[in-house]
Amino acid sequence: MPLDSEKTLKVGSGKQFGAEQAEELVRIEHLSKEYVQRRPLTGAEFTVRALEDANLTIRRGITLALVGESGAGKSTLGRCLALLEEPDSGEIWFDGKNLLKLSRRELFPMHRQIQLVFQDPTSALNPGMTAEEIITEPLAIHREGTKAQRRERARELMEQVDLPARLEHKRPLELSGGQRQRLAIARALALKPKLLVLDEALSSLDLLNQELILKLLADLQRIHSLTYLHISHDLRLVSQFADEVAVMHDRRIVEQQPASELFMQPHDRYTQELLAAMPSLESICAERLA
Amino acid sequence: MRYITQRFFHAVLLLIAVSFFSFALLQLAPGDFFDAMRLNPQISRQTIGTLRSEYGLDKPLPIRYERWLRSVLKGELGLSLASNSPVAPLLRERARNTLLLSGAATVLAWLLALPIGIWAAVKRGGWADRACGLATSTILAVPDLLLFLALLLLAVRTGWFPTGGMASAGVDDLDRWGRLKDVAFHLALPAMGLALATMPALIRHIRSSMIEALESPFLRAARGHGIPRTRLVLRYAFPAASNPLISLFGFSVATMLSASALAEIVLSWPGLGPLLVESILSRDVFVVVGIVMLSSVFLVAGNLIADLLLFASDPRIRTE
Amino acid sequence: METLLKVRNLTIRYRSELTEREAVRRVSFDVAPGEVLGVMGESGCGKTSLGLALLGLLSKEHAEVSGSVMFRGDDMLTMKETSLQEIRGAGISMVYQEPGTALSPVMRIGMQISEIVHAHRQWSWKKCRAEAHSMLARVGLTPTERFFSAYPHQLSGGQLQRVALTQALICGPALVIADEPTASLDARSQCDLIALLRELKQGLRISLLLISHTPEIQASLADRLMVMQDGEIVEEGRFDRMYWRPVQGYTKTLLRRDRPAADRNFERADAEQEHAAR
Repeated sequence: MPLDSEKTLKVGSGKQFGAEQAEELVRIEHLSKEYVQRRPLTGAEFTVRALEDANLTIRRGITLALVGESGAGKSTLGRCLALLEEPDSGEIWFDGKNLLKLSRRELFPMHRQIQLVFQDPTSALNPGMTAEEIITEPLAIHREGTKAQRRERARELMEQVDLPARLEHKRPLELSGGQRQRLAIARALALKPKLLVLDEALSSLDLLNQELILKLLADLQRIHSLTYLHISHDLRLVSQFADEVAVMHDRRIVEQQPASELFMQPHDRYTQELLAAMPSLESICAERLA
Repeated sequence: MRYITQRFFHAVLLLIAVSFFSFALLQLAPGDFFDAMRLNPQISRQTIGTLRSEYGLDKPLPIRYERWLRSVLKGELGLSLASNSPVAPLLRERARNTLLLSGAATVLAWLLALPIGIWAAVKRGGWADRACGLATSTILAVPDLLLFLALLLLAVRTGWFPTGGMASAGVDDLDRWGRLKDVAFHLALPAMGLALATMPALIRHIRSSMIEALESPFLRAARGHGIPRTRLVLRYAFPAASNPLISLFGFSVATMLSASALAEIVLSWPGLGPLLVESILSRDVFVVVGIVMLSSVFLVAGNLIADLLLFASDPRIRTE
Repeated sequence: METLLKVRNLTIRYRSELTEREAVRRVSFDVAPGEVLGVMGESGCGKTSLGLALLGLLSKEHAEVSGSVMFRGDDMLTMKETSLQEIRGAGISMVYQEPGTALSPVMRIGMQISEIVHAHRQWSWKKCRAEAHSMLARVGLTPTERFFSAYPHQLSGGQLQRVALTQALICGPALVIADEPTASLDARSQCDLIALLRELKQGLRISLLLISHTPEIQASLADRLMVMQDGEIVEEGRFDRMYWRPVQGYTKTLLRRDRPAADRNFERADAEQEHAAR
């Protein structure tokens, strides 16, 4: 797909926020999680703390980037939010409901609203299923429509993510990296979620694919009024599209600001260090000539 | 340390459960030890009845079991009805013989399988590898029984090997060294047979783990650093491939008893195998239970050894 | 200045039962001593195959390599395995893409480094180990005893990358091929690695074939740049020329020269800082 060199990816999505849109979709308070592991043979236990008193808010319709070093706890937060893990303490409010207080039955429909896209599409997609089957699987689980309707929806979604229809019956290993990630996104969108959590979803792609997927995500956000939580260790990448940025360090959120403010006037020392470690391309090139 | 005591505790529980079940199962089999005597018209019914009550065979199951347990604690493991002597010493001797055979066979099998398996992996796809594959498939396809009988035939026809037993006549006259040589001589055939029976599967496992290691990225990286061929195979590929092989080794220890039973029976090696068959057929209850328990001990020990070896050899397990 | 590496018409053809495809097509380039040549392109353009082919690491059954790779006057493509072994690691060495998988999981880090020394020098093991220690210190992995006796799974991505660098540098090669060395690292480790590579470039005068799709990395290190697409070189030249006056549209895209607004945030941030500093 040739890139239109006139188009630019602005910082954030350039959206204006109306009053209703400024409301919160997600509020995470004092989230903590520890993993207890056993040493082999001696059986002695030791705990690994993944999250400690993490607080985060995500407003409706925006793209929030959660950045931090590897091991800071970002993925754990994302997984807790997507209900894949249970935190030890704290609260997760989604659309006015306290998720951690819901019963199993009440929680089941919540899965439709929050979907996760993983870093490595190859391991996140069932290699034995075709593209169509992968997309219709969540629909089948939540008993949406008839078989024919689901297939139709799968085709619709594939078109939305720019996957040619002829790839319908291909297996993930027959697709390229970029195509696999699009398939993962199509699957995530099948249930019309409100929130999409993208856990390092762009890291395994090369630059060009990254751009294509980012553009796709921006379009989809507009069309479906989606909210995104992008988890990434790459602050530079994130600067290209995030509306707000939350910085995670040592299992806590140390700062959360609109993107432009964060990059211009970071409050937290860690954030400042992080920014200082990443000079822009232009500045590096300018320095070379000096 | 805590881990080992935990394992030990579990093992004891397991042994108790196994002993009870085998005891009970044997009861379900019709008849008892003295039934054979009924065929002899000279022994009166009364005598049989007396014998029965003497050995306590007319008492209900729980009582017999409890008596047996007491005997276990005394270290006797009950009484062999056939020989009218405690089971423990009998088992001890036979177990020693079985261990000797299995041990020798295991060592022989691994000593041969390792180089063959590694070499087949290194030369994968070539004619040597394919010939090896053909040979292993053939041996695998032949039933063990046939294999052992064939070896027996070989011994009989050529006279190179003794055809049974563990010792020749007049062995007591020989000195220490002479006796050792005699045992080795008798051990040769059954050990070779058993080794031959277990080798094919071993070679295949070794070959496939080695191939996986040889095709892994770190091996290519090491090659890219200029590490010479032989070192790549022995110092890089083999250690990485040995993980599943160690589990295999532990498993072979665990099943040592059953693996050697057939060989012992066909080639007349005085181990636990023949004894087990005899005792089952004659309903010599306590011997059977004793052997079954011993088999469980082997199983548990084998698993424990495998786990410990794995712990010692794989740094990923060792250091969490 | 004589050329260190002369590659002419290098073609790599992959053959499988179903398809045949040319991953690299008639690629020619030179590397001078002490220079950093950057290679950019999207995945699948042949960059990694190129690196592997230079060291003769592509298996003959799957790949057909033709052309010539002249290193110090000898053609590596026609060399015997034993001669290649001498060059690998000591003349030309490689830092692989995923440092975690490029190391044996059951061998100590220090041994994996010492082995390389032992393979190329006729030294005692003691001396090899000592050399490994000193190299570990050079790349900043101290205390060296701790890293020497550690296993790969105990180290972080950044540390593993330094280990990979240690392995590549320890026998003093003339050329190092670095395949996406910063791909699996987070921002700070990336920064550290770049600084380390810069230091080594200036201190040891080693040539570097830097394969990376990240323009910031290339900008920090490359003297010259080569842009590859579909197995061919579409543009090459001095990095500064390529950045400020790119010719091909593809080059512009890779160097982000087609999106003036892209780094705006950073630009402003840098400008502010500079302004504040004055």
